[in-house]
Amino acid sequence: MELITLTLWDLSLAALLIVALAALSFQMQLGLSRSIFIAALRTVVQLMLIGLVLKLLFNTTHFGWVVLVAVVMLLAAGREVMVRQQRRFAGAQSFALGTLSLFISTVVVTLLVLTVVISAEPWYSPQYAIPLLGMMFGNTMNGIALGLDRLTQTAWQQRDVVEARLILGQTPQQAISDIRRESIRSGMIPIINAMAVAGIVSLPGMMTGQILAGAAPMEAVNYQILIMFMVTAGTGFGTIFAVTMGARHLFDERERLRLDRLQKAIV
Amino acid sequence: MKTPLIKGVIKGARKGNTTLSCLQINNIQTHHLGPLSLTISGDAAVSLRGQSGCGKSLLLRAIADLDPHQGEVMLDDVSCQTYSGSQWRKKIGYLPAVSQWWADDVGAHYDDEIDHAQISEWLVALNLRPKILDAAIATLSSGERQRLALIRLLANRPQVLLLDEPTASLDPDNVASLEALVADYQRQQGCAVLWVSHDHQQLQRVATRHFVIAQGKLIEQEAVWS
Repeated sequence: MELITLTLWDLSLAALLIVALAALSFQMQLGLSRSIFIAALRTVVQLMLIGLVLKLLFNTTHFGWVVLVAVVMLLAAGREVMVRQQRRFAGAQSFALGTLSLFISTVVVTLLVLTVVISAEPWYSPQYAIPLLGMMFGNTMNGIALGLDRLTQTAWQQRDVVEARLILGQTPQQAISDIRRESIRSGMIPIINAMAVAGIVSLPGMMTGQILAGAAPMEAVNYQILIMFMVTAGTGFGTIFAVTMGARHLFDERERLRLDRLQKAIV
Repeated sequence: MKTPLIKGVIKGARKGNTTLSCLQINNIQTHHLGPLSLTISGDAAVSLRGQSGCGKSLLLRAIADLDPHQGEVMLDDVSCQTYSGSQWRKKIGYLPAVSQWWADDVGAHYDDEIDHAQISEWLVALNLRPKILDAAIATLSSGERQRLALIRLLANRPQVLLLDEPTASLDPDNVASLEALVADYQRQQGCAVLWVSHDHQQLQRVATRHFVIAQGKLIEQEAVWS
């Protein structure tokens, strides 16, 4: 089984699908045509760049370069977590909270898997480290962004209820407990669902890619199971950490609800 | 600004077997309100009125330490800062004008360690059926919710009651029952009561000292004038 190489012509044909979608969006006045084009362009440019970077990395296998790529991925994911929230924490706190949560969950889980489970030689071998980090950041980012968005939105909408509970002498942890639980659930449910339907309804992207590239199906399946477990653990721990820290930051040292720490909603 | 202190009141004084609580508000300042000072003792309920938006609720929120504010609030000579926010709010029973309910049924809003006999007594006193604790919140009238919110607050055994229009959605009979219950509780606990209302006759009935807020200042009046 050899991989059939895609040409520029093949990709251009696929791009016509995007053009058709944007045209329909324009006709229906969905206001999405611009976003579709920009996102599609970003996909092309960003993937081309990472392709070049990986090509260089594979030739050098230098630890410093792997760390640099990981840091760039981390900061980009942290920014993405921030901009996806309608009512984010004001100032640098929003970015710091998302990035710290991403770092703790993703980096710990990935290091564990690279050193203990895969044990490539060397353990930071870019062929394994970079794709794993990419999968981890991409999924963990979704969970954290969903969880934090839900937390700040619900706290805003239910401010009267949260304050009523404070007024009755509940601690902030008790007063926000329902909202915190719901926010963590909303961050984790997509990845749990993805595990539940993997292989039946959906063929996960990475496995598809490996099979397309000519890997034996059972090898691809083993890697996919590993990835699923990593991603779920990372998303779960990251979301729990981010939402718990965020919930704490909604209150001050006098146990008051401080929604003035959130920015105005971005429409 | 001078503290309007009633003469002859000794802080933490005893009257019969009851210890009288004493709430002292010193130069409190929040948003457009203040600085203002007020001392409320457990034997003399205070009425407070003023136009909508004058800052009555802001004052109550500051006393309950719900908003950042300047000035100091003390209960029986102990500063609010001595307690955590949640400990303080258990002592300061603040009843907002609109009650909030977050669980499906009434009972879930009460602590597990509540004094059931006492709750039943209060339910009877406010003309509520004993089974109402099992009822779904969605089936209750606004008047029932208002009365249940007061009972929920009293279950904390607060030493102060800050009541923001507690009878706004009640019929005259229930207004009388609620006023009587608050008076009873005040007598038994020596609790300091601050009563906010737009009903002048009610304020005359329930309080012995009367204040009005105007232009961010607190003015004491001999009686509630229409």
